[in-house]
Amino acid sequence: MSKVEVFRQHHFEDVEQQHEASWLGMWVFLATEVMFFGGMFACYFVYRHWYLQAFAAASNHLDVLLGGINTAVLICSSFTMALAVHSAETNKRNALIIFLGLTVVLGTVFLGIKFFEYHSKFVEHLVPGSAFAFPGPFERPAEIFFSFYFAMTGMHAVHMIIGIGLLTALIVQARRGRFSAFYHTPVELTGLYWHFVDIVWIFLFPLLYLLGRHV
Amino acid sequence: MNIPDIERREHYLNINYGIRSWLFTTDHKRIAWLYLLSVTLFFFIGGIFATLIRLELLTPQGDLVQSETYNKLFTMHGVTMIFFFLIPSIPAVLGNFLVPMMIGARDLAFPRLNLASWYIFILGGAFTLMAAAAGGVDTGWTFYTPYSSIYSNTHVVLTVVGIFITGFSSILTGLNFIVTIHKMRAPGMTWFRLPLFIWAHYATSIIFILGTPVIAITLLLVGLERIFRLGIFDPALGGDPVLFQHLFWFYSHPAVYIMVLPAMGVVSELIACFSRKRIFGYSIVAFASLGIAVIGFLVWGHHMFVSGQSVHAGMVFSFLSMVVAIPSAIKVFNWTATLYKGSISYDAPMLYALGFIGLFTIGGLTGLFLATLGIDVHVHDTYFVIAHFHYIMVGGSVMGYLGGIHFWWPKMTGRRYPESWARLAALIIFIGFHLTFFPQFILGYIGMPRRYHVYPPEFQVLNVMSTAGASILAVGYLLPLTYLIWSLRYGAVAGRNPWGARGLEWQTPSPPPTENFERTPIVTEGAYAYEKDPEEIYPLGKPAHV
Repeated sequence: MSKVEVFRQHHFEDVEQQHEASWLGMWVFLATEVMFFGGMFACYFVYRHWYLQAFAAASNHLDVLLGGINTAVLICSSFTMALAVHSAETNKRNALIIFLGLTVVLGTVFLGIKFFEYHSKFVEHLVPGSAFAFPGPFERPAEIFFSFYFAMTGMHAVHMIIGIGLLTALIVQARRGRFSAFYHTPVELTGLYWHFVDIVWIFLFPLLYLLGRHV
Repeated sequence: MNIPDIERREHYLNINYGIRSWLFTTDHKRIAWLYLLSVTLFFFIGGIFATLIRLELLTPQGDLVQSETYNKLFTMHGVTMIFFFLIPSIPAVLGNFLVPMMIGARDLAFPRLNLASWYIFILGGAFTLMAAAAGGVDTGWTFYTPYSSIYSNTHVVLTVVGIFITGFSSILTGLNFIVTIHKMRAPGMTWFRLPLFIWAHYATSIIFILGTPVIAITLLLVGLERIFRLGIFDPALGGDPVLFQHLFWFYSHPAVYIMVLPAMGVVSELIACFSRKRIFGYSIVAFASLGIAVIGFLVWGHHMFVSGQSVHAGMVFSFLSMVVAIPSAIKVFNWTATLYKGSISYDAPMLYALGFIGLFTIGGLTGLFLATLGIDVHVHDTYFVIAHFHYIMVGGSVMGYLGGIHFWWPKMTGRRYPESWARLAALIIFIGFHLTFFPQFILGYIGMPRRYHVYPPEFQVLNVMSTAGASILAVGYLLPLTYLIWSLRYGAVAGRNPWGARGLEWQTPSPPPTENFERTPIVTEGAYAYEKDPEEIYPLGKPAHV
């Protein structure tokens, strides 16, 4: 039995078929994810169209600097993720572990900054609910804006947390020497997922933080 | 009876025993059984709610239950039947069992994910049953806001969480089917040799993948709105309840096709087998499935003609709803054309298939009435709508499901069911069904609204007819439950191919071995080559393991 055959599950003809199946499965899953976030994006666009002024006003209460830093952090994490996949392909085990670790660190930094932002919104009474207060004529629609802000970034954060969990599991497996140039499908697939979560943020950041500022 | 033959050979049912070997199985055939048991349970729970509804409607007064209880009854009936029976029924039971076998694979692409999807289904079901046990939910299965998000005092969150969770089971099943159909086909099994059952499940999986996440996020927002008082769908907070309806029907209309497409797949198999002919216009029927899946995503607005949607949107949705009827009609015509000059035998599965064609035609045509703007305003939210969708869902999906269960029962169990009892049951169901639901068309047309438990006395005769029909229908459903269980032990041994069908799944022993095929088959013909000898179509393949 060749080195690759060890990883073949009984119901596949060969490793290549198994790899292609996993790959396609991940893409189909991401299609589901696009529709999942798409529902929220659709709602966001409807309300932005209705309450343009209010969304602009509310958007100015978000911290562009922190959002910008977070965007940079996430893009860097996608880069380290890509390097991790590359290290796996080129059979560099230590580099793989280091880059996976860096991706986890960057993801955690993102979540830390996000938590800090959430906290300051809480202090400023910008969390929807009975304590919500927004100066000016747009209190109700601004509450809708912040409902979307928390629902969308919250759902994104949940995906980040799942991603960090997956990366941590990969690090454990990589330390045991499970991945090689012959077999590293889990690293590739987690990479795909991580890039997807990153792209969601690339859409969220301008929609929530930037688009309203010049209306 | 030749019992020892089945018992002696090793197959997927006797390879190991014990509860653990079932609860931790990754064999698609065993997971199909797990689903079969669970959806049957949900079917009868939903049936109990339906029984109580029909009993209450025997008399014009509200004498059995109060209006609050009645609201909960029709809600729980809808939720249980749609999310926990109809949607998983054919895909998760027959699809799970047959998709790998029909394409010559040893299992679905992701067996552990398949098992996980069953656990997710059970977890979601547990939440919903918990909501029912804790006092139920009264919003209607449609969960319209702001009633569901603000005003209802019942267990909306628990129910919504249950449906949210169950949705992921559908998504994972769909994902598994798509990948399996793309990547796991046996040598020679080209796309246009696939059975139409597979095409139907492929189309259904597309809806699972693209529709289900939208209902998930929508129900999540309703839950968040209820718990944290976000204002997304609440008009008092500047939100838009009609937006909820758009999102809800964006999934829930395609969900109708989730329920009926797999049944169409089953019917294609049955019609071809029992008329001993190739299906007429194979590729048209295959593409009709995809057409229904795609156009089905563009018709949701026909649920909202009276919800304050713009008239122009209404016209577009009305037109598109007519368009989606075309591929459905093509299928009906092609099945009928397959019968033409066929060598037809009327075994029980065929009775269900013929029943399906008739009932689906009535259900589909009345759907066109409802897609017409003017008529919809008249019959909106009346029993006409109830009758229409029960003709599709019960007359279509459940008939297809029962036909499929009977047809593949010998393959699943290795035993035959008692044919004359099965024919009798099919007949009872057909008669009971018409008596239950046809009066409801008339009731709706003359003005009886849905979701009321009291009604003017002049509607009583038709309601009594409907309730009488429901009791016949109940007998019809309990019969198969009884004789199918009986046949597990006492049924005649089926053998490899009792129907003389040409599909790949019939070329392996019944019950099949865990790996499905003794050797990987090599396919040289489509699934309907009834003019040829099976041995000619499937020459022996290379050994399964090199």
